[in-house]
Amino acid sequence: MSTDTLVDFDEALTRYEPALGLEVHVELNTATKMFCGCPATFGGEPNTQVCPTCLGLPGAMPAVNGKAVEAAIRIGLALNCDIAEWCRFARKNYFYPDMPKNFQTSQYDEPIAFDGYMDVDVDGETFRVEIERAHMEEDTGKSTHVGGATGRIHGADHSLVDYNRAGIPLIEIVTRPITGAGAKAPAVARAYVQQLRDLILALGVSEARMDQGNLRADVNLSLAPTGSGVLGTRSETKNVNSFRSIERAVRFEVSRHAGVLDGGGKVVQETRHFHEDTGITTSGREKSDAEDYRYFPEPDLVPVAPSREWVEELRATLPENPTAKRARLQGEWGFTDLEMRDTVGAGAFGLVEETIAAGAAPQAARKWWVAELARRAKDAGVELAEVGVTPVQVAAVQALVDAGTINDKLARQVFDGLVAGEGTPEEIVAARGLAIVSDDGALGAAVDKAIEANPDVAQKIRDGKHAAAGALIGAVMKEMRGQADAGRVRELVLERLA
Amino acid sequence: MSAATTDWTRRTAAELADALAAGEVTSVELTQAHLDRIAAVDGDADSGVHAFLHVDAEGALAQARASDERRSAGAPLHALDGVPIAVKDVLATTGLPTTCGSRILEGWVPPYDATVVTKLKAAGLPILGKTNMDEFAMGSSTEHSAYGPTRNPWDLTRIPGGSGGGSAAAVAAYEAPLAIGTDTGGSIRQPGAVTGTVGVKPTYGAVSRYGLVALANSLDQVGPVTRTVLDSALLQDLIGGHDPRDSTSIPQELPSLVEAARQGATGDLTGLKVGVVEELSGDGWQPGVKARFDETVALLVDAGAEVVEVSCPNIVHAIAAYYLVLPAECSSNLAKFDAMRYGVRVLPDGVDAPSAEEVMRASRDAGFGDEVKRRIIIGTYALSSGYYDAYYGQAQKIRTLIARDFDAAFEQVDVLVSPTAPTTAFKLGEKLDDPLAMYAGDLATIPANLAGIPGISVPAGLADEDGLPVGFQVLAPAMADDRVYRVGAAVEALLARTWGGALLAQAPELEEVAR
Repeated sequence: MSTDTLVDFDEALTRYEPALGLEVHVELNTATKMFCGCPATFGGEPNTQVCPTCLGLPGAMPAVNGKAVEAAIRIGLALNCDIAEWCRFARKNYFYPDMPKNFQTSQYDEPIAFDGYMDVDVDGETFRVEIERAHMEEDTGKSTHVGGATGRIHGADHSLVDYNRAGIPLIEIVTRPITGAGAKAPAVARAYVQQLRDLILALGVSEARMDQGNLRADVNLSLAPTGSGVLGTRSETKNVNSFRSIERAVRFEVSRHAGVLDGGGKVVQETRHFHEDTGITTSGREKSDAEDYRYFPEPDLVPVAPSREWVEELRATLPENPTAKRARLQGEWGFTDLEMRDTVGAGAFGLVEETIAAGAAPQAARKWWVAELARRAKDAGVELAEVGVTPVQVAAVQALVDAGTINDKLARQVFDGLVAGEGTPEEIVAARGLAIVSDDGALGAAVDKAIEANPDVAQKIRDGKHAAAGALIGAVMKEMRGQADAGRVRELVLERLA
Repeated sequence: MSAATTDWTRRTAAELADALAAGEVTSVELTQAHLDRIAAVDGDADSGVHAFLHVDAEGALAQARASDERRSAGAPLHALDGVPIAVKDVLATTGLPTTCGSRILEGWVPPYDATVVTKLKAAGLPILGKTNMDEFAMGSSTEHSAYGPTRNPWDLTRIPGGSGGGSAAAVAAYEAPLAIGTDTGGSIRQPGAVTGTVGVKPTYGAVSRYGLVALANSLDQVGPVTRTVLDSALLQDLIGGHDPRDSTSIPQELPSLVEAARQGATGDLTGLKVGVVEELSGDGWQPGVKARFDETVALLVDAGAEVVEVSCPNIVHAIAAYYLVLPAECSSNLAKFDAMRYGVRVLPDGVDAPSAEEVMRASRDAGFGDEVKRRIIIGTYALSSGYYDAYYGQAQKIRTLIARDFDAAFEQVDVLVSPTAPTTAFKLGEKLDDPLAMYAGDLATIPANLAGIPGISVPAGLADEDGLPVGFQVLAPAMADDRVYRVGAAVEALLARTWGGALLAQAPELEEVAR
């Protein structure tokens, strides 16, 4: 389907310098929409959360949601931006079936926040990503094309439009071109969006779920010959909706651009779609510079002029920067850089923090989330937070391990029970009979049985080869279905064969 | 009873309110009287005044009955409770079509009321119906209505002004004591002038625009059309005030306009400084218009006002700026009329399975009139990349300069005066093929919209050459609407002595036509 000639990623980077640009849309979690009083909640029967204003009916007028402005300022401040003393909304005029006014109310040359930065850590190296602007705008509705095989408009026999989402507040955060990342460009793109998401979550202004479209990233990429110091023609890959996909999209576009340039061709400025299944991008529509949105200031809205007092008040209430917080907690927890990276990479940082807060030791908390539970999340294809186990439960399971009631192996069965909703860890241990047996009577009988069944091994131990005890301990554990205190079993074996 | 006392349609709104309060009449009776008058003289696109596009007899009478019940229970909602009113067809009304004089909205019944309409209903004013207008308020003659022109009650072969010709003609023809208009470049004041009625353009933001189908959002203003200045004051006091749904509406309260009108009615203008705008009273004005204007200024001097000539040099660019800002905003506003969600849908001829674009194209082709298409194209061009700075940007700068001219003038004087329109009502069809000539008729009214300041047009007598009404315009600084009413009421009182009462009484009686 694609005629693109791809150049190996690493080879491409021997000749070309990538420039990245990221545009991230954040859907705010305000109670009401950007310009009207309709609920901004996700879902709902189609066209039930609408009014004359968000339907763009003739005569209806917008009024700015103050909470959305507040969220925009907080995001701007957290990204080290300047906050405009005076800014306006503009109309971005273009036609799209799910945009009921046939213009989008957005900010054009007067964004609320501008000139910021975010320091992004990749493999111990820090990249400063410059933020050009963060501006406010409204979301569009959602079209569904019915009757075709592909769900696309071509071949469909009719289309349905749901305007529930029309008018939900969005903040668009636009970076300046990020250069100098070289082969780390895919990782920088991923880490930037990840850190941005952490920040958004820390601010509490959005659910920031990529799978639900609360956070959507457009990835711009261009290549230029190494050392040329110019920017190449860029492609814009729209709505990439996972961290991994962001990384893959950058890799693919580097390979594709290099192929075009190597072949003596010109990269076309266009929007592209990323395909999760194949990891490739395909051409969307060509986007020439001539596209004309006929921006002009929205005459129905008065300018937004946040007072300096208000901005300073908001600055004073900003949460700790997640990156700084991470460095602080890494020190407190005693994690190595690698352990920290794995924790963050698994999306487990916050969960580990909560688990520690619930009483677990840092290493134990990390071990459960990053190994055991991350594997389960991956198998089930869900986010770590949705694996079915809470930080408080993990802490409770670890407490049972610490108390010697269960061991790590048995703990995994407790997690099975938690996922299946069988009750609290204690209830599961009781119901499934998982508690370690340390009663000498029962253990003694099992030890005797093992000695009887393995006379050769028993003789070796009697001869002083204590290392051979492992085989008998294993046999006892097998007999006890793992629910034996291995230390006590060892003692009993050595006692009897002394 | 004599005919004069039983003809409730000849009374002003203030008089009707008094009669209702005194128990001399019921709201049902006077609402019915106006409905009867409409039935008798309004006619249709082919004959009669044709001020109304939709008459809601049933709804108005139901509102009137409710008003009478409130009154007999001793609880009228407002001084004007029970006094009927007509509303320009550009304001959203539940249960009543809102077409903006356009085919593209034919049959559209909004699911919501404009804030002004909500206020009228909450105050108990029965709504007689929706009045005719130039399509999407584009025009100065009401000839651009897709449903046929309104005719001037003074002479049915002439235009009633525009775009609010329907509202002005309804009031002038005694079909309604009160009407709501909208004024983007003079659409209340100019029809007022040519029909011998009072029309007010309030300060921008003094009356909510929520539910007003926008022509040019930064210029539009809702305002009253009545037969007296006091009636306009009663109506603006009622419909004005802050509306959280219109963020451009002014949060502060204006001073009482009724009080200002009552004060002005004494005719005493001692100490008032009046500026005659040099650029708005020179050559090119119809002699009869100029003569009535000069006489009125002389009356102001007699009443104690000091008159000086002031210059607002940038006013000469007002029309040029206006005809860039307006089409730009309206080209964006009208893009939503895509025949998909409301209004008419026209299928293209000879296409089996038309695409959405083809349906839109056919619907817009059939649904929009020539003047609308003209302005959409001009506006789209003026906003397009590479031309924005040269056109829209320049026009906004001129707006600023005009506003500064006014600021400077208002440092010298309390109000500015001029004729409202350069000519009396012209013949239907006379300027239809000459849009530029039509646009020039709004020179005196447009600057107030560009600057956002309030203005009133008060009948100033009849032109000698054609015996048709002439309007006298008073402008004041933003928020000083009370000044406009005070001086307007004074002009009205002083002229009543000259003309022997209300000017409209001199209009010829209309013949009855079948509707």
